[in-house]
Amino acid sequence: MSFDGKRVLKGMDLEIPAGKTSVVVGCSGCGKSVLLKLIMGLLKPDQGHILVDDEDITQMGRKDLFRVRKKFGMLFQGAALFDSMTVNENIGLALREHTELPEEEIQSRIKKSLELVGLADTDLKQPAELSGGMKKRVGLARALIMDPQYVLFDEPTTGLDPIMADNINDLIIETNRRLNITSIVVTHDMESAFKVGDYMAMISNGRIVFTGSAKAFQKSRDPIIEQFREGRADLSASSPSKKRK
Amino acid sequence: MIINDYCQKVGRRSIEFFVELGKWSILLYRIIKSTGYLLKHRRLVLNQMIKMGVNSLPLVTVVSIFTGAVASWQAAYQFQGVIPGAMSLDFLGAAVSAAILIELSPVLAGIVVAGRVGASIAAEIGTMRVTEQIDAFESLAIDPVQYLAAPRVTAGWTMMPILVIYSDFVAHLGAFLVASFMLHISPETFFSSAKKYFLAYNVWSGLIKAFVFGGGTALIGCSIGFHTRGGAVGVGRATIQAFVFSSAFILVGDYILATILF
Repeated sequence: MSFDGKRVLKGMDLEIPAGKTSVVVGCSGCGKSVLLKLIMGLLKPDQGHILVDDEDITQMGRKDLFRVRKKFGMLFQGAALFDSMTVNENIGLALREHTELPEEEIQSRIKKSLELVGLADTDLKQPAELSGGMKKRVGLARALIMDPQYVLFDEPTTGLDPIMADNINDLIIETNRRLNITSIVVTHDMESAFKVGDYMAMISNGRIVFTGSAKAFQKSRDPIIEQFREGRADLSASSPSKKRK
Repeated sequence: MIINDYCQKVGRRSIEFFVELGKWSILLYRIIKSTGYLLKHRRLVLNQMIKMGVNSLPLVTVVSIFTGAVASWQAAYQFQGVIPGAMSLDFLGAAVSAAILIELSPVLAGIVVAGRVGASIAAEIGTMRVTEQIDAFESLAIDPVQYLAAPRVTAGWTMMPILVIYSDFVAHLGAFLVASFMLHISPETFFSSAKKYFLAYNVWSGLIKAFVFGGGTALIGCSIGFHTRGGAVGVGRATIQAFVFSSAFILVGDYILATILF
């Protein structure tokens, strides 16, 4: 995948396990958000295939792509709430567009969705009146309203204070447990990654350099993975644990 | 070398222009295909008609009244130089009326709406683009062209002719006020000459121009908005581009329509 001649993703062979929370980590600008947009079909790769339930979305027309997208929900990095709509309208938009449900049923679902994310009394507020954490939670409620099978989280804790970030982590775990969905979380927040992730992948220099369990990632001795995990600017500097030996 | 660079620049700009034209055409095609969606979502169109039409009335009123006033004054200045004597202003009503119906109302109201509405559409949709709201629509399996662009372009097609009809009346009022109070032409003289030489075709041609300009302004604003990149700077650039392209579209379109209609 390239932008203006610059190759961002060069070789991505990645399989996401069903029913688990997969975390994709990597440094800033390595293509994590691009990966999510490719999975949703918001971007088209220069080469390769993306299979969702054995269907190749890179070959699909608009109608089929929209059919597949209804299986997804996505929480964007900045929540991407619609400025001109209230919280209620933001969350209910997909129900009003894609279903013939009566208004009472729609309001009931919106209420349940807001209760799930702990924002029961905010439905008449405008996005501009919400804090960063509240926006993310409304964004999550919007992503879940159509009962998706897959939920994508783009840097869900970025820009939040540590307590709010942990609240979001708990929400991700709770959502996965209650709704039995497949989640893909893209983050560079290692605390968040280890807390929510069952399965991990790491992108470095446009390629997947690790796939496996979160435990295996934590124990890996690969210098690139160690450097990222320990947050060291210099690849050649030894880790404190090695120095003690 | 300088000539070479200049030729390359002209070539690049020409290609960019045709790329832009292609984007507008594809967007127009997708909007026309959205007719069924709009019939189900009439409220979206109605909201845009209010924003575009009703909220433009104060500005169109001011522009039209002064357009008519200036047209009247300057026509009188020219007539008095060409037709000597007391009869020189007898045809003022007819001349000013024709100018208002054929040219002044559609073009000036169009440019005013291009500035107010076209630029704001580009800013609104451009902001949505850079804050990932357009991607959010796509992620919810909602076509942003159907939801955002189609209502705006449809409102442009609908409201611009209505605004021009309103502008025609107000501009005539402005012309009459100047004719009556500054040029001392009686109402009977002014309106009888306007009526004598009135052609319904002049009204229709003005409305055809309005239809093209209204839809074109909204289409350009939407297209530029959807392709905005680069954060706040990009949105600012998109706003200016939308106004410049819409105005150029109106002026060039006015010439082309004039050669077809007259």
